[in-house]
Amino acid sequence: MSTIVSLPDQSTARLPKVSYLNKEYGLKSWLLTGDHKRIAVLYMISITFFFFIGGAMAALIRMELLTPVSDLLAADTYNKVFTAHGIIMVFFFLVPSVPATIGNFCIPIMVGAKDLAFPKINLLSWYLYVVAGIMMICVLTFGGVDTGWTFTTPLSTHYLNTHVVTAGLAVFVAGFSSIFTGLNFIVTIHRMRAPGMTWFRLPLFVWSHYAASILMVLGTPVLAITLVLVVLERTIGIGVFDPTKGGDPLLFQHLFWFYSHPAVYIMILPGMGVISEVISTFSRKRVFGYTAVAFSSVAIAVFGFFVWAHHMFIMGISNYSALVFSLLTMLVAVPSAIKIFNWSATLYKGSITFETPMLYAFGFLGLFTIGGLTGVFLGSLGMDIHLTETYFIVAHFHFVMVGGMLMAYLAGVHFWWPKITGRMYPEGVSRLAAVITFVGFVLTFFPQFILGYLGMPRRYAAYPPEFQVLNVFSSAGASVLGIGYLLPLLYLTWSLKYGKIAGPNPWQATGLEWQIQSPPLTENFAETPIVTHEAYDYEWLENTKAREVPTVG
Amino acid sequence: MQHFISPVLWQFLIKWLTNFAIFPPEASTIAPYADALYFFLILISVVGLAAVAALVVTFSIRYRQERNPVATQIEGSTLLEATWTIIPLILFMICFVWGALLYFRIYSPPANAMNIYVVGKQWMWKAEHPGGQHEINALHVPIGRPIQLTLISQDVFHSFSVPAFRVKREVIPGRYNTVWFEATTPGKYHLFCTQYCGTLHSQMIGWVYAMTPEDYEAWAAGSTSGHSLAQNGERLFASLGCNSCHNSTPNAHGPNLAHVYGAHVQLKDGQFVTADDAFLRDTILNPTLHEVAGYAPIMPTYQGQVSEEGLIDLVEYIRQLDSQYRIEQTIDNSDQQPVQTGAAPPGTSAPTMTPGTVKP
Repeated sequence: MSTIVSLPDQSTARLPKVSYLNKEYGLKSWLLTGDHKRIAVLYMISITFFFFIGGAMAALIRMELLTPVSDLLAADTYNKVFTAHGIIMVFFFLVPSVPATIGNFCIPIMVGAKDLAFPKINLLSWYLYVVAGIMMICVLTFGGVDTGWTFTTPLSTHYLNTHVVTAGLAVFVAGFSSIFTGLNFIVTIHRMRAPGMTWFRLPLFVWSHYAASILMVLGTPVLAITLVLVVLERTIGIGVFDPTKGGDPLLFQHLFWFYSHPAVYIMILPGMGVISEVISTFSRKRVFGYTAVAFSSVAIAVFGFFVWAHHMFIMGISNYSALVFSLLTMLVAVPSAIKIFNWSATLYKGSITFETPMLYAFGFLGLFTIGGLTGVFLGSLGMDIHLTETYFIVAHFHFVMVGGMLMAYLAGVHFWWPKITGRMYPEGVSRLAAVITFVGFVLTFFPQFILGYLGMPRRYAAYPPEFQVLNVFSSAGASVLGIGYLLPLLYLTWSLKYGKIAGPNPWQATGLEWQIQSPPLTENFAETPIVTHEAYDYEWLENTKAREVPTVG
Repeated sequence: MQHFISPVLWQFLIKWLTNFAIFPPEASTIAPYADALYFFLILISVVGLAAVAALVVTFSIRYRQERNPVATQIEGSTLLEATWTIIPLILFMICFVWGALLYFRIYSPPANAMNIYVVGKQWMWKAEHPGGQHEINALHVPIGRPIQLTLISQDVFHSFSVPAFRVKREVIPGRYNTVWFEATTPGKYHLFCTQYCGTLHSQMIGWVYAMTPEDYEAWAAGSTSGHSLAQNGERLFASLGCNSCHNSTPNAHGPNLAHVYGAHVQLKDGQFVTADDAFLRDTILNPTLHEVAGYAPIMPTYQGQVSEEGLIDLVEYIRQLDSQYRIEQTIDNSDQQPVQTGAAPPGTSAPTMTPGTVKP
């Protein structure tokens, strides 16, 4: 029961003559493509664009918070900047990040299919994303919106004169893009698995995307309805949320968080899938307790739907319903803990190397553990009263979303970069970037936990001077973090032309996507694969290699 | 030393070394309970993080490829997985029970609490003491006495947060929320709005002044407007014409309001509801919401005619309306002509009365 894996000699690798990248040329061949791999690339370009807009907003926020008074940005501008940061990062980066790019690219190949079930809907999903993105850019260009990404009523419906309707509709449209992606994944995973690819032979990446897709399809319509109600309330005053017309503003909170809490899992579950693949590959060992990790994804998806009111513990919901939601919140933390320990145990008796994706994955383990455990602080009713709506909660969700999800996304981008482009990224500088990102992240967000316990409220353009020191630390860390994110943009672009040729399986990973050429053919497989081995079966990989006859040309 | 580094950085370091705080002051009876839970949560977080870090670091060193070129394939272990399912579950359940106990402590005001009304509006806090002290962005409270705040917003969501007391409550339009605390240490503490409420959200801040009972008495005597909330409410009651129906005569169109506060009122559909602050506010603004048994739903809505402060005055007036006699007094004062009622005790003609002084 042991395997030796040595990475192949890449100096002999050649780029394949025909691949999905060079089958057709011209802008039209990209814009009208049905190929999931090309759509993934389109998505990757678009979300990178929005990531750096959202990042620029974050930079403005941190610069403004260097000093206690609101001097760099006026209060109004500051409000618009953090709103833009939130909306763009949540709806235009985090929700589509892993699923629409890496998931789109890998899931059909991982299950052994030629494409997703509905290629045209997949393309439509990208176009909807683009339309929503253009709407959002229009909002920013024509003066912005200052509701906060949570669109809280009655502030958003009655008390602001900014572009609330356009921003709300932009998120509404982006939601459909997410629904279509989820729908496509569910159908593909159910119906298009290759012969022999049973549910329990699927890579864990597919399991976590399956769980996230269910959340997308069931949760996002509720957000869409809620935003339509906000728009109608604002334009024609239907009064669903307006207390003076007999409406209930708390109803908005219930509806909004009914989506937006599961949305957290929409964002993090695909990242967890990436971590499973990366940790297994670089320890040359199957994931410890495959079934537990697979079912914990499903458990997170199911429990994730019943915890939304933990965002409302201080809002005057009944004390007894708060009890129920707190209990369920504690339960949803357990599957995450199982995953963390199973990933750690995967390292045991492995044969570990520390390529860039692995470094990002280690970063994920540490930061997500902190993010998850501070979630227990907030799920704990009495503690939540003091911590909610302060910087503690800002730090908590940035540890989960940025420390967890963004680390996982970068791990995934580096891991599958050779498969997507056929070329390697430069290892040295990318390891440096991973370390810089980790250090910058901790320096940025750890002080915010302390600020939060001291009571500094979130969304403040100006703050009492005694909070300045910790804010300066946080801003200093943000500048380090910024470098950590700019570096990959530069060297990954560089590697498109100058990177070493990767060859089909540079990591000696077991997934089906690594058994085909890099970059893959448009139809992925020359012939439909027949799957006879379980996921992460390194012995099978060893035997296949041994039987392979080296061919020339 | 000062000459070698930039003066800005020097100032910054001095400020940090002299002012660095990790915890806000503990200034209420709740704060020590909240901090105890916080320390417990930190403890389990540190232990959990250390466990993960220890596993990752140890395995990374022991099983790195140079030392362990051959990986040993392991399926998993039900026993181990059960262990790291059950231990976190137990710890999280402790956090749940502990947190729930704290939550009920913070959100269950004691019966003898002194009530202060707080109205949030873009972008200020107005505190209304029953004795007629009105404050903006400040709240004076005595130490050693439970204080209940009845909070309502006039416009958008706000949130009333006093970190030194470890209490916070959302302030919502259209509904009274309550929170209570008992300050323990005299001092001046931050009061924040923590729910984003529009442009000047970050300026919706103020101070809570916790004072010794003697200081508080002096302050209360010195800053009263001269009219208690109930007196303001009495005037409003008369000027809105409430007494034309709620006049407690045998053929009145509206129910008698004496002793109504806290009573169980029977509705048309047979249900009983407690006439609390929220009930009174709702029935003034939206009379058809709760139709009281035995009366025709003819009361007009006062939506948009009375400010939140006015509603608080009315509620406070009705709360103190402990006899029929007081209503008759109101009618006398507003109409300026005595109403003939048979059972009026001596003293009916007294021109002005404050609720506290009347002993019918």
